[in-house]
Amino acid sequence: MNWITNQVLPKIRAFRQRKDTPDNLWTKCPGCGQMIFHGEMAAALWVCPQCDHHLRIGAKERLGLLFGEAGHSRIAVPAVPTDPIRFRDSMRYAERLRQAWQRTNGEDALVVAEGDLDGRRIVAAVQDFGFLGGSMGLAVGEGFVTAAKRAVQGRMPLIVFSASGGARMQEGMLSLMQMPRTVVAVQRLREAGLPFIVVLTDPTTGGVTASFAMLGDIALAEPGALIGFAGPRVIQQTIRQTLPEGFQRAEYLLEHGMLDMVVHRRDLRATLSRLVGLLLPAGPRVEQPEMAAGPQHP
Amino acid sequence: MAQTYLDFEKPIAELEGKLRELEQTAGGNDINIADDIQRLKGKAEQSLRTLYAKLTPWQKTQVARHPDRPHFEDYVAALVADFTALAGDRAFADDQAISGGLGRFRGRSVMVIGHDKGRGTDGRIKHNFGMARPEGYRKAVRLMRLAERFGLPVLTLIDTAGAYPGIDAEEHGQAEAIARGIDCCLDLKVPLVSVILGEGGSGGAVAIAAANQTMMLEHAIYSVASPEACASILWHAAEKAREAADALKLTAADLLALKVVDRVIAEPVGGAHRQPERTIAAVGDAIEDSLKALCGIAPEALREQRRRKFLDIDGRARP
Repeated sequence: MNWITNQVLPKIRAFRQRKDTPDNLWTKCPGCGQMIFHGEMAAALWVCPQCDHHLRIGAKERLGLLFGEAGHSRIAVPAVPTDPIRFRDSMRYAERLRQAWQRTNGEDALVVAEGDLDGRRIVAAVQDFGFLGGSMGLAVGEGFVTAAKRAVQGRMPLIVFSASGGARMQEGMLSLMQMPRTVVAVQRLREAGLPFIVVLTDPTTGGVTASFAMLGDIALAEPGALIGFAGPRVIQQTIRQTLPEGFQRAEYLLEHGMLDMVVHRRDLRATLSRLVGLLLPAGPRVEQPEMAAGPQHP
Repeated sequence: MAQTYLDFEKPIAELEGKLRELEQTAGGNDINIADDIQRLKGKAEQSLRTLYAKLTPWQKTQVARHPDRPHFEDYVAALVADFTALAGDRAFADDQAISGGLGRFRGRSVMVIGHDKGRGTDGRIKHNFGMARPEGYRKAVRLMRLAERFGLPVLTLIDTAGAYPGIDAEEHGQAEAIARGIDCCLDLKVPLVSVILGEGGSGGAVAIAAANQTMMLEHAIYSVASPEACASILWHAAEKAREAADALKLTAADLLALKVVDRVIAEPVGGAHRQPERTIAAVGDAIEDSLKALCGIAPEALREQRRRKFLDIDGRARP
């Protein structure tokens, strides 16, 4: 054992590090193909300095951008059963999950945090497209419900950053049922008089768009983000026509009335802070009791 | 009408073909042939019973899509008196993939809404094969709110391969329309009862199916994605649909065990399409049971019961 731990393992580690480091030094912009120095990309908030392409970022980076130096604390998402229908395609779902967890320290595709946004406490829920395509299964549903609960308990606004390919097929109907489940959580926020702001990031499609992500009191999106219900490939296969230029991009949705605004990543934090401040000038409001008679929803 | 046989029904098709031949030649008077006919009839029934007792998920998928399976219009014609169809989303169009209207179900005024697949080539095209656009979901929301205002229970009949994936549908906000559909279902203060009649395809189904009681016909399917879509995404091969159907747990029995549906409605031997009247009556009885149980509950409690039910779908075992 000693020989292995003292001699062999360090060599393996060194070899892996050698291989990893050069990859991380440069990032290739998916928009223009330019190789950009990693440090430069991070300083530019992962927006390409050449073409303004907004790169996909992980939950950690996103929380860092939102809360900055004020910091934030993670809110633990209670554990849910994994692999509830014992799914297997080319690989067992349990194995697929195990591999994905190694990169995230056991976190699923949605993380929850609480922190300070210009002196106001807020709850943020962030989806990570890197984790199984940000797909929504039991754990993402649980994460969203946890975030909404915390917001209601602490009378805080909830800001969600969506990024998802849709429902997690490997959990079958239990994942589809997270659509109504998360919608109930949105309703709880609404009835508590708390703002629910959604920032749609690239890409947001399927069951996530068709549930909580499109129910924001205010809907923002990052430039160029793909947002839709059906994915472009499915649509193309169904109708066998070329899709229009810019189809399902944030700007297209804005033009068609589906968003309030498209906001550059560098302006996002200030915009969110302003919106929260305008919606809650003197703290959260409680829903007015409904009138006994007459139309409830004119 | 000629019977449409599914590929796995070949043995039945042969037996029943022989039976029809015999019946034609006999003309009803030859006593010896009459015995043969009886025997063959018994044999055909027996094999049908055996076959349908253990359908695989993929076979159920085929039964759920059977062209002769009773559709929305058949249920409405048989179960809803004075049905008065209502049209339009008051914003853009009338989407006929979802139909709805007022009527009287076993003496009670109700709002009935459902995916309408249509029949025959023209009918199917007119109803877009039951694949709704945003206008369909928005019409459903309008009708649900109308029912709520007058204290009427809402029945939704689910039968869709999924929401329509098209340019116009995306342009008009398909995702938003579905989200608002779910939102509306979970906000209503009147009873909401759903029955999955054939295909319960993904978000396009759940948009009008987040109900106090969700019931499902025995051979219907309710799925996060169609077996074909799942196969092409996860296996990268559409021909793996059979495997995908097995893996997805999309049958009524599976979903009852997972507590995604509350009740399974038995179908006649050989599936709903063989005895539509009996199937429709059984669905009617099940709806009546649900309405009886729900109609006495206070509006707020009804809504909370529905919300609680969906909040509790977290995968954890409950007593």
